[in-house]
Amino acid sequence: MTDAVITAGPREQTGAEEAERAIDEKVYGFWIYLTSDAIIFALLFVIFLVMSRNTGDGPGGPMLFRLPHTFVATMLLLASSMTFGFASVAIAAGQRWVTLAWLGVTFLLGLGFLAMQISELYGMAVAGAGPWRSGFLSALFTLVGTLGTHVSVGLVWIVVLGCELALRGLNPFVASRLCRLGLFWHFLDIVWVGIFSIVYLPRIL
Amino acid sequence: MSTSPHGGEVTIKRYLVGGVLAFVLTAIPFGLVAARTLRPTPIFVVIGLTAVTQVLVHLRYFLHLDLKPLSQNKLIALCFAAVVLLVLLGGTLWIMFDLNYRTDVGGGEVMRL
Amino acid sequence: MFGKLTIDALPLYSDIAMGGALITVFGAFGLVVLITWLGQWRYLWTEWLTSLDHKKIGILYVMLALLMLVRGFIDAMMMRTQQAVALDSDGYLSPEHFDQIFTSHATIMVFFVAMPFLVGLFNVVVPQQIGARDVAFPFMNSVSLWLTASGAALVMTSLVIGNFSTAGWAAYPPYSEVQFSPSVGVDYWIWAILVSSVGSMLTAINFLVTIVKRRAPGMRLMMMPVFTWTALCTSILMVFAFPALTVAAALLGLDRYLGMHFFTDGDGGSAMTYINLFWMWGHPAVYILLLPAFGVHSEVVATFSGKRLFGYESLVYATAIITVLSLIVWLHHFFSMGGSSDVNAFFGRVAPLVAAPSGVMIFDWLFTMYRGRVQFSVPMLFTLGFIVTFVIGGMTGVLLAVAPVDYLMHNTTFLVAHFHNMMIPGALFGYFAGYQYWFPKAFGFRLQEKWGRRAFWAWIVGFYLAFIPLYILGFMGMPVRLERSYLAGWQPYLIVAEFGALSILCGIIFLAVQLAVSIRDRATLAVSTGDPWNGRTLEWATASPPAAYNFAVVPHVRGIDAWWEMKQAGTAGHRPARFHDIIMPDNSSAGVILGAMSFVFAFAMVWQIWWLTAVGGFGMFAAVLWQTFRDHAGHRILASEVEAIQNGRTMAAALAPGAPT
Repeated sequence: MTDAVITAGPREQTGAEEAERAIDEKVYGFWIYLTSDAIIFALLFVIFLVMSRNTGDGPGGPMLFRLPHTFVATMLLLASSMTFGFASVAIAAGQRWVTLAWLGVTFLLGLGFLAMQISELYGMAVAGAGPWRSGFLSALFTLVGTLGTHVSVGLVWIVVLGCELALRGLNPFVASRLCRLGLFWHFLDIVWVGIFSIVYLPRIL
Repeated sequence: MSTSPHGGEVTIKRYLVGGVLAFVLTAIPFGLVAARTLRPTPIFVVIGLTAVTQVLVHLRYFLHLDLKPLSQNKLIALCFAAVVLLVLLGGTLWIMFDLNYRTDVGGGEVMRL
Repeated sequence: MFGKLTIDALPLYSDIAMGGALITVFGAFGLVVLITWLGQWRYLWTEWLTSLDHKKIGILYVMLALLMLVRGFIDAMMMRTQQAVALDSDGYLSPEHFDQIFTSHATIMVFFVAMPFLVGLFNVVVPQQIGARDVAFPFMNSVSLWLTASGAALVMTSLVIGNFSTAGWAAYPPYSEVQFSPSVGVDYWIWAILVSSVGSMLTAINFLVTIVKRRAPGMRLMMMPVFTWTALCTSILMVFAFPALTVAAALLGLDRYLGMHFFTDGDGGSAMTYINLFWMWGHPAVYILLLPAFGVHSEVVATFSGKRLFGYESLVYATAIITVLSLIVWLHHFFSMGGSSDVNAFFGRVAPLVAAPSGVMIFDWLFTMYRGRVQFSVPMLFTLGFIVTFVIGGMTGVLLAVAPVDYLMHNTTFLVAHFHNMMIPGALFGYFAGYQYWFPKAFGFRLQEKWGRRAFWAWIVGFYLAFIPLYILGFMGMPVRLERSYLAGWQPYLIVAEFGALSILCGIIFLAVQLAVSIRDRATLAVSTGDPWNGRTLEWATASPPAAYNFAVVPHVRGIDAWWEMKQAGTAGHRPARFHDIIMPDNSSAGVILGAMSFVFAFAMVWQIWWLTAVGGFGMFAAVLWQTFRDHAGHRILASEVEAIQNGRTMAAALAPGAPT
């Protein structure tokens, strides 16, 4: 047997294969990051449950929330997930400006959701039900606030990605980044399903 | 029809179906809470069930997690994470419930699950 | 303008504290002067600080760990001395100062010695062991390093500006709340933890993806070296455990900064929530520290017995079982804090189960040595010392896992002796063995044997002298963290422990001497081939030190001990028929700048200088943004260059005395 057969490794990967592998690795890594983020949210959920009776001398759940408000917020976020989905379809079809348009709509819907959340929490704080009032309220504000912070990061990310898309055009790397942002955005909607199911609805009841 | 970097089929239809399903699964619990036609406990059960189902809808239609081989790596990681979370969260609830019962911490009320 | 920061932040309250501050300041200043005088700033910046090369990042991690080991040990020496002399007297340390010292000692040892050490070894070794050219995310690797360094810098800064926490390394509330700890100490702790935890999480993701996705063709999971297996399992543990610590520290921060009531005394707070969260991280954390050490010992035992590892599959399964078990037993760290007997019984029965897979591993190593040709090299000495001494610590652990026994032993020095028994011979000896074993791979010359042996003996004798008395004192009822001694009957043991600490001091000095002597004699100690120990795993196939790309040609793996197999088949030293272009990532300053900005941000948060937090936060964001827009910046190494590099190495290897033909 010659040297070439024994010692030569498999054919070195081409540039395109390298790029594809890099993208695959990034997506996989991002899923693992999402797992850790899911654990953080899960822990905040369980802390909320543990502290759901720790109202001290502050207000409890029923008087704090309004169903229509929560429903509208939920619809905004769900709609933004769908519009992001449309953006994903557009980018897979190579349509740069359609993608940007849907990203813009997603941004506005997400911003609307965030605005509603901020106004709700702010209203509660001003009315004397701020996070410094009791353990229950601390847990509530932190759980909802952490989601809000993630949504804000997502909005910033949409802007940055939109700029890159506008300035640099479509390429596999931008598409891959959009894909990861999509994972993030849909993940946040999943967390919101948990929040309205565990925090809002039972307490409004 | 094209494939996304994470291996699912990316079509408008998929997102529309997912969206409609999610909407329905949202409207049911909200509607029940608004109408208060049932007693609390069954409503909680419905909320829980619709929530879990909606999460699955999200995973399948938006996050493209299905039973195909391409998703299997992620499914395994997800299932492992789910099991670990069950232990961590279940353990926490057991420990804290046990402690709350035995001490007067946190307002003195026994936590009812 | 400067938040809470005033001139009173300087440690003028104590001569000793002032001394510590001055040493820190002049040490840092002296380093800057030295580098300037040698004219090496450019070299340092381009070759090390902005490098995305995993080998250099790994070396920097280990250097950080060794530096912080000295600081953490000085804390230990101060405590031992105080306890040895302070019977019926105040000693030389005030209680408040002593409290800061035991807090910083443990915080530094866990977060800024053990974690960087193991991550450093992963970085240098794992990509080479799996036949890869780099980790999956080189830039994120750099960010992790500089975030960790930033956390360490925060702790060191607390020596000079302000003070450190007095709440113990676990920062239990309600003592760690603002009501009882109003000074910035706990804030320093919180931010050092939060910043470095992000670094650790990113490292875990990096190595998980690298090991799963970048193995050489043909290398199935059950063909990976055991050290890589432990790296994989450690990364899994980090991904699952660190969120709990992040949440615990962050919520404590919210209590302190925004007046929330997660863990406060009253208004619906519950301190036990914190303790539950902290140990949910804390138990997996000790296995994060131990598993890499087990991995090192596996490699060392096989190489220095000249034999294949006994029971490879059982080692892998044992590692996996330990990983899963460590996630589900955390309550045994707070048996005595109010849970019912049901809860204690469950965790008390599951926790000691970890002795089974640990025992399997020990027997595997012993059987590897049986009928092997054992060489008592310095790495092997550390491994043997570990095997003997760790078993003692394990048994005391099983004893403590019996809840009624724990009620007696909790908060006594028996516990202190137990966990140091685990961490020093367990984790630290493993890292030392790895440091001695892989040093020639990283630098191209060996560490000198003589001083290495002296260091080993000083450490192991020191360990026994310092901690066996603590077991006895625990039985006698001495509580932990005492800044003075109360019973004359304790003194003899405390004095013996002091001698142990002195022996360990010698051990550290000998390690430093070893390094100095080895650098001085590096020509004589040089290794011309990549394989000074006649190793078995793939990292020994690369040159020492390796080229930036590690492997000129990606190897094809056929089984366990891939390098050994190649040597046996005679294919080890052969020139490949063809070379290819190799693309490697460019350097990036965004990592080190992000780390620096994270320090600014965290420091400003500690002192509540809000405009400065905005500066630091914005700087971090800008660094990330800049990097994303220049992502995939790489340079091409032409095939002809690769060939030239490889030719140079083959010549050197062929000309070296004793080279294989």
